[in-house]
Amino acid sequence: MSTQTPTQAGRPGRADRPDPSERTAPSFVDSVGLIAGREIRMRVRSKAFLWSTGVLMLAVLASVVLGSIFGAQESTTKVAVVAGASAVVDGNEALEPIAASDQDEAEQMLRAGEVQAIVAPAASEPLGITVIGLDSTPESVVAALAVQPTVELLEPAATDPTLAYLVAFGFGLVFFMSAITFGSTIAQSVVEEKQTRVVEILLSTVSARALLTGKVIGNSVMAFAQIVAIAVLAILGLIVTGQRVLLGGLGTSVIWFVVFFAVGFVMLAALFAATAAMVSRAEDIGSVTTPVTMLVMIPYFLIIFFNDDPTVLAIMSYVPFSAPVGMPMRVFLGDAQWWEPFLSLAILLATAALAVWIGERIYRNSLLKTGPRVRLGEALQG
Amino acid sequence: MLELLDVTKRYGERLALDAVSFTVGDGRLTGFVGGNGAGKTTTMRIILGVLAADAGSVTLGGAALTDADRRRFGYMPEERGLYPKMRLLEQTVYLARLHGWTPAAARRNALELLERLGLGERTDDTIESLSLGNQQRAQIAAALVHRPEVLVLDEPFSGLDPMAVETVQGVLADAAASGAPVLFSSHQLDIVERLCDDLVIIADGRIRAAGSGEALRSQHATERWELLMTGDAGWLRQAPGIRVDEFDGGWAVFEADSDAARRAVLTEAMARGEVVTFTREHTTLAQIFREVVR
Repeated sequence: MSTQTPTQAGRPGRADRPDPSERTAPSFVDSVGLIAGREIRMRVRSKAFLWSTGVLMLAVLASVVLGSIFGAQESTTKVAVVAGASAVVDGNEALEPIAASDQDEAEQMLRAGEVQAIVAPAASEPLGITVIGLDSTPESVVAALAVQPTVELLEPAATDPTLAYLVAFGFGLVFFMSAITFGSTIAQSVVEEKQTRVVEILLSTVSARALLTGKVIGNSVMAFAQIVAIAVLAILGLIVTGQRVLLGGLGTSVIWFVVFFAVGFVMLAALFAATAAMVSRAEDIGSVTTPVTMLVMIPYFLIIFFNDDPTVLAIMSYVPFSAPVGMPMRVFLGDAQWWEPFLSLAILLATAALAVWIGERIYRNSLLKTGPRVRLGEALQG
Repeated sequence: MLELLDVTKRYGERLALDAVSFTVGDGRLTGFVGGNGAGKTTTMRIILGVLAADAGSVTLGGAALTDADRRRFGYMPEERGLYPKMRLLEQTVYLARLHGWTPAAARRNALELLERLGLGERTDDTIESLSLGNQQRAQIAAALVHRPEVLVLDEPFSGLDPMAVETVQGVLADAAASGAPVLFSSHQLDIVERLCDDLVIIADGRIRAAGSGEALRSQHATERWELLMTGDAGWLRQAPGIRVDEFDGGWAVFEADSDAARRAVLTEAMARGEVVTFTREHTTLAQIFREVVR
């Protein structure tokens, strides 16, 4: 069975003692790099991950493209213009006039669906024209032809509320999706190592701290890459479909969002890893990580319901768990002073450091305890 | 030489290890024997640094163990497992690299070892797709791929098929022959008895006996004799100065009050039939174990 011969019996160590240059004492950073690399490799290889990323990208692309199509449709409406009424329609940007020689021809075009409405001269009407629709009032044409008084606002809102809602929804959704997706990925990865017992071999080689750091970094890199890919796709889509208007004013807040996201995700990842380490079976992940999941979900709902409430936003922008969504939102709305994001970031960094410290403690103390769920007090004490 | 001195570990109120001290000599295959919950796994986890001891020390060659030393240990935990979705070679290389090997050397080591373990054809298969026997071999590869200089194996034979048992025996013998300290625990006392140079017996967190196999055997030798003869040995029950412990047809195990009484039995047996065996009973590890643990 063995081909190995003990040539150096009496001397400690294996007979085939290795060339020392092929073997070093790996540093903490080396170990973390290897562990993070493995996490990324396994994730990229997972079909579920590739599919979900693909679907998410498609959804982002689809919403950008659909937005441009609907936007384009609203811009002009075709109308048949019967001779004599053209003066009213000409120069109206919302309407695309198609000349008709008489009312009969115009009605044929309307019935055939070539136009949305007919604008015909009517001497008896106060406006001198009449608008003819097929089966319902052609609102867009009526609105385009309506005479409106000039409106002047004494205190104009800095941002269109619809746009504000969309941006809030975007920040909230992206943070929520990424944190939940990669948070549960990291939780599964921790429990997989516990459940398959490979963790004991790992711990005999690397420290629990290196293992946790590698996992958090590996998954953060993936989450980050996904966010950047989505952002690039969305921005490219907006540019290609000519919706540059939406892009204006988003720049600074997107940069803050990315910075806050990076720190906030590390904090959440450490908490997901720590709580997951307390159970031994994949089935128990859901219940044990619920408190952390709530910390991710609450800011998501708050930003959707309260994105127009400055007080709620101000509180959110300083609470570490909602700051990654709240502070960029306030920056976008122009509500935040220049120093506010820095202060909030400092609070977030301190909380993240604390979360990592507590997380590491729970993680280290729970990893080798298989069987029933480890109690929190026990995990903290060791 | 690996040495444990007064290693103590508590789990809450329970004293899991009570001043455990023993040594594992260079080139000595040392068997670690004890019942379930006696403290074997806890001791091994403390040696590997996976668990921290409350008190006591573990030294290698007289110096306190560092993390760098422990990277050169080969460890097989009692609870087996590898990443189910990683490929065999990839996983083995990964473990070697965590131990500090360069990528090229890690790959070379892994390929050599997998070949030797009969897994050369399976290097690109995921762990979960391997047969149970091959998964056991993969586990052995995981413990050895970094060419450890000290081996600590927790129940390396449990759950192994006979082929794998033979492979592991060969690996342990090779390691010891090249001068490495080797410590392994096992419930299979016959394997321990056959393989080991030294023995450590633990019960309730305390070391009950430790030393070389011969020393323990002579220390716990009994005055029992075994007789196997043609014909019936029932007459032995009436022989003067003899107590029969076990009996079956022509076979009996007995204790004699004196050498004279024992010699008289041999003479009598030769007169009554052909004596096949007449020998002092071999003290088995199982007997020693029962005695020291009691």
